[in-house]
Amino acid sequence: MRFWLATIAWVCLACGSLGFAAEPATLSQDQLAKAIKTDSLTIPTPGELFAALEKPGKPDWAGQYRTPIPMTYRNRAQIALNLGGLIADGFIAVEAQDSQQVKNIGTDIIKLAKALGVSENVLSRGNSINEFAENSEWDVLHEELEATQNEVKSSMQSNRDQDLVILVSLGGWIRGTQAVSAAVIKNYDEQSARVLRQPAVVNFIHSKINDISPDLKAEPLVKSVNEQLSGVEKLVAFQPGKGPTLDEVKKLNGAVTKLMEEIQSKGDAK
Amino acid sequence: MKKRVVLLTALIACAATAFVWAETDEEVEAHKQVLDLTGAFSNDGFKLRDGHWAGQLKPAERAVIAVNLYAGNQYWFSAAAANSKAKKITVDVYDEGGKPMTTEIFSEGERASAGFSPTASGQYFVAVSLVEGESSTVCLVYSYK
Repeated sequence: MRFWLATIAWVCLACGSLGFAAEPATLSQDQLAKAIKTDSLTIPTPGELFAALEKPGKPDWAGQYRTPIPMTYRNRAQIALNLGGLIADGFIAVEAQDSQQVKNIGTDIIKLAKALGVSENVLSRGNSINEFAENSEWDVLHEELEATQNEVKSSMQSNRDQDLVILVSLGGWIRGTQAVSAAVIKNYDEQSARVLRQPAVVNFIHSKINDISPDLKAEPLVKSVNEQLSGVEKLVAFQPGKGPTLDEVKKLNGAVTKLMEEIQSKGDAK
Repeated sequence: MKKRVVLLTALIACAATAFVWAETDEEVEAHKQVLDLTGAFSNDGFKLRDGHWAGQLKPAERAVIAVNLYAGNQYWFSAAAANSKAKKITVDVYDEGGKPMTTEIFSEGERASAGFSPTASGQYFVAVSLVEGESSTVCLVYSYK
């Protein structure tokens, strides 16, 4: 009897101390407002978004391929936006486990990166992408694509092109959201559609674009994309725990497809 | 006199450069330590984000980093200090309103991880705290699957 009483007392004591120790205090509004936001951690990769969508069942990723985009853009902002889009295409090809498509996109990424005058390190990433694709190392390719993107951004910062960095992230986010919203439309269910809730990502990108140089912000393509982002932010701001309806997903897809068409259009950007 | 000024300026420049390098070295070391810690997750199919955050924490101080997570994914947030001057660090996850989330915890002195599977997509906050020990440089990374 004494043994059981002692055991029960010990368990209660242990549970009590665990309960107190494990519960951290709520963060204040001031702490939330001052939270650190960085391009490399606060903005998720297209790969993260695609991984979440795959949980209920693998979508037809090959159905989300697009026709090859031009490689002859002259406008640096347009090159940066398209570079981000191409990296998202790389993630789509990895999800589809399509070696040839990964290699094709890898080649295009390097071509566009060269046009921005990036470092040799980025160019050697192209060879790694080819090698990993050849050996079907899909998990490693996820990390390699993100590393390539970060290498491009770091090279841009060294070349005093830091204002272009956020455009690479933006291009990737738009293309990733276009592919995911299209996949959700094809096989709609409310649970899968929940991955499209990402107002804080758009808000963060939007605030970073507002910090770039006035000259770059005034460029027609950047100005147009920036103006449309406010509308897109509203389209991805659903209530937490509630997915968007099919109509809402279609609206979002229409908005990001329009943006993507402008970004890849040859001739509009000056 | 001019020579002395030039020499002094050069010395100050060297000292400043050395200071910057020393800081960078600590960040590199903290990054290396945290990558060692995340190796186990990679073996379990988690993909490591290439980005990281590194910075200095004073005793009882915490850094709060905003992240955007997707419902359905599993995440591990890992942090490590550059050296054992940090006796205990913790990693906690909060939702967009600042409410603490229930996480799976791993803690081993100057290294710690928190595992989290969000049920709602959106913004979350990861806090890295230096609970015990001297001021240290810490590095945060995360993995997902």
